[in-house]
Amino acid sequence: MSSEGERGGGVYLAGARAVLPLAMATGVMGISFGVVACSLGWGVVAPMVFSVIAFSGTAQFAVVSVLGGGGGVVPAIVAAVLLNARFLPMGIAAAPFLKGGPLRRALEGQTVVDASWAMASRGGGRFDREFMIGATIPQVALWIVGTVVGVLVGGVVGNVERLGLDVIFPAFYLTLLVEELRAGGQTIAVVLIAAALSLALVPFTPPGIPVIASCAAALLGLRGQSS
Amino acid sequence: MTALWITIVVVALASAAIRAFGPILVGGRELPPSMGAVIALLVPALLTALVLTQTFGEDGRLVLDEKAIGVAVAAVALSLRAPVLVAVTLAVATTALARAFG
Repeated sequence: MSSEGERGGGVYLAGARAVLPLAMATGVMGISFGVVACSLGWGVVAPMVFSVIAFSGTAQFAVVSVLGGGGGVVPAIVAAVLLNARFLPMGIAAAPFLKGGPLRRALEGQTVVDASWAMASRGGGRFDREFMIGATIPQVALWIVGTVVGVLVGGVVGNVERLGLDVIFPAFYLTLLVEELRAGGQTIAVVLIAAALSLALVPFTPPGIPVIASCAAALLGLRGQSS
Repeated sequence: MTALWITIVVVALASAAIRAFGPILVGGRELPPSMGAVIALLVPALLTALVLTQTFGEDGRLVLDEKAIGVAVAAVALSLRAPVLVAVTLAVATTALARAFG
């Protein structure tokens, strides 16, 4: 038991270390979220509570842009839910590797965030639970710290977009994608289909839908099972 | 103000439910073997969509801006076998420079 614990401990740390560059960017985005939320008159408490209980950058920025643009509660919620719907297939994929009863599994499932989930993939549909949890903790922590900093001293920081840090997310996902592409064969076909699907849908569907729709490309895996 | 709090609480609950759904539904069971290949391919499919929508998508439009230049530089760096940190740093520096002088 203790050896398993030690193995786990090392892997948690490995996950945390691997995600650190991205987690720092998450912190800066948290600052940006705090600043923008404050500028909309959300006060000090609401943005912080939001980051603590939702910890989802994409969904929270969607709420900011819908409410900030004069939209209502329902469109804001719908936008956020559509963006987070990708966690549904991601959670199903990671589910067999989580531990414990339903409640604990539900809690562990909360650690499914984009980068951690992709980095914890071990090929063949397997996921490294400890690595995923280890990678999620610094992201959530820095997202919350960033939000607090943004809310409290936002005016000093100014517009973080000028720093180009928002590009860290697509650039980092690209590095993970390049790793995946080393598998070759079917992966390349899936990437091309997912690219076509997501780009074609961006102009015609609400944000979030193109990402979900791209999951359909993975159904290519049902072909060529014999190999 | 109440509208804001309703939004915050509902979005948080919905996010938690979405993330809990798979783990509760599937439990500790192995997914059927035929699903293994599909799940394995979910990773590149979702990563592709995330890269492209975050690079070119903005408010339901396709845009070509400084972010695309940064991601393109990262792609070139990676194709030259640059380490992850170098590729990402180059992307950030390029995007920041393009925004400063664009």
